[in-house]
Amino acid sequence: MNVLGLYNYWIVVILMLIGFYIVIAHENLVKKLVGLAIFQTSVFFLYISIGKITGATAPIFDEKWQLYSNPLPHVLILTAIVVGIATTALGLSLVVRIQEAYGSIEENDIQIQDTQDQLECQLEAYGIQESLTTFDQDIDE
Amino acid sequence: MTAHYPILQVVIPLLAAPVCLFLRIPRLVGLFAFLVSGAAFFISCMLLQQVIADGPISYHIGGWPPPWGIEYRIDTLNAYLLVLVSAMSTVVLIAAQTSIAKEVREDRQTFFYTAYLLCLTGLLGILSTADVFNVFVFLEISALSSYTLIAMGSDRRALTASYQYLIMGTIGATFIIIGVGLMYVMTGTLNMYDLAQRLPEVYHTKTVHCAFGFLIVGVCLKLALFPLHLWLPNAYAYAPSIATTFLAATSTKVAVYLLIRYIFSIFGITFVTTSLPIEEIFLILGLTGIFAASISAIYRLNIKRLFAYSSVAQIGYMILGLAIGTQLGLTATLLHLFNHALMKAAIFLAIGAVVYRIGSAQLIHFAGLGRKMPWTMAALVAGGLSLIGVPLTVGFVSKWYLVVALLDKGWWPVAVLVLISSLLAVVYVWRIIEWIYFTQPRIIIDNVKEAPLSQLIPIWLLVLANIYFGVDTRLTVGVSKLAAQSLFGVNL
Repeated sequence: MNVLGLYNYWIVVILMLIGFYIVIAHENLVKKLVGLAIFQTSVFFLYISIGKITGATAPIFDEKWQLYSNPLPHVLILTAIVVGIATTALGLSLVVRIQEAYGSIEENDIQIQDTQDQLECQLEAYGIQESLTTFDQDIDE
Repeated sequence: MTAHYPILQVVIPLLAAPVCLFLRIPRLVGLFAFLVSGAAFFISCMLLQQVIADGPISYHIGGWPPPWGIEYRIDTLNAYLLVLVSAMSTVVLIAAQTSIAKEVREDRQTFFYTAYLLCLTGLLGILSTADVFNVFVFLEISALSSYTLIAMGSDRRALTASYQYLIMGTIGATFIIIGVGLMYVMTGTLNMYDLAQRLPEVYHTKTVHCAFGFLIVGVCLKLALFPLHLWLPNAYAYAPSIATTFLAATSTKVAVYLLIRYIFSIFGITFVTTSLPIEEIFLILGLTGIFAASISAIYRLNIKRLFAYSSVAQIGYMILGLAIGTQLGLTATLLHLFNHALMKAAIFLAIGAVVYRIGSAQLIHFAGLGRKMPWTMAALVAGGLSLIGVPLTVGFVSKWYLVVALLDKGWWPVAVLVLISSLLAVVYVWRIIEWIYFTQPRIIIDNVKEAPLSQLIPIWLLVLANIYFGVDTRLTVGVSKLAAQSLFGVNL
């Protein structure tokens, strides 16, 4: 098997891994979405590659040609591209709202703020746990 | 008309979703959504009846015969789940009228119903289609609308939860289309039944193994199998109560359905068990999921989060049923699918009613509510008992079938573990009972009244269904057995 001849599939694999790595490794929420978009794009390339037949032309009927590329994967991937755009748009609009609510789009900052919220909740709970023992006195007062 | 039922129940909510935007008045939109969902429920009941009487229905969209055109194929398995999903959606929408008015900002209420109907469309679409690419499209319709539903929660953490779900969900969906693409490369077809016939010729190739791996991981992300469940607890905890109820009762169930479809209808159980140690993987992940999530649930302070973890545990039971790999095991999974939807819907709706009255889902704020909201709390406890698997509830029926299937396979240590794990459920349910009935109120609840009737009716409908299907199991067990039989029949 010719390794170099399959170069488009290598590109697919490399792009996919780059995208996936960005999603996992980056803390910035916008960068994560960029990674996600790259990840999805690699799949578009995969579909586009599989429709191509060497020596074939676009699937428009003409007497001069015998061999046509397969249009189906291309049509499928049009749908997936639309879905990808919708996902990115929704993701970005969420990031805008997160920025408004937290004042940051760094995962770390957001996590710190969330932990504080959580801690307050727990303090409330434990504070009440403590007062459990003194509860009867409270009523007397 | 009747001939078009398979497509109508998907198209009606799809077309109704944009209509919501024109109606504008939230009350009117709510009523409209309820009617639309009711229509879908009616159609799915007719479909189930038709399927049981005459066998599978094949519907060709636009008159194009499969494998070229998109085929919708309704058999016992998906007719059963169509009824479940549309019934849950309709019941939840009764309670939505009051709950949404309180929990979602007024200018967003119309959008809520639009997204809700789109989500319903997606779920019904996944269930009815027999085209693997069409599945992906509907999966994304339901996923995108559920991200929106979750983001409408009043807490700002709803936004991060939704974002997290978006990232994980998109990775899952992308894995699924990679798998679909690889299958298409090898067979040149996208129709499930055509695939099932053509795949055996290429079973030995690495491409097919790879496709299977991608599909399984993608679907497991969607159904929140144990190590891939991280998106679920936050999403359920901060979404509006109605969205939580709807998603908990339907969306993971649909993902489990998809897993069953891939394993049994497309690849075939023999290929699945020989290509991958799937039995062991599912067994280990299912069991760890049950224990880790149940133990985690015990320590939660937010009651919605608590039951979200319990949902992860319950998914473990369903996966365990699949791991058994016998007809009995599959029956247990299908039963639990249905029963778990009933109990979680009842529980989350009851919690929604409390949030409606006191505006909090913190366990400590539930203290003393047993006297203030007796009917709601009784429903919550009934749901909890069902979750544990107390006799006379649906939880008992599904656990019984699961244990019988495990013993039949000779896996008695696993059966013992399942019983032990039920004790963990006893712990977290008891913790709630203790707060509700035996603790002094922590906040001022003198003015708290019982939930409004529009919420009590759906809650008690679900509780009664929990008890009814726990006693009279003819419908659920009968249909589950039939579905399991036909799934195994395909591959024999």
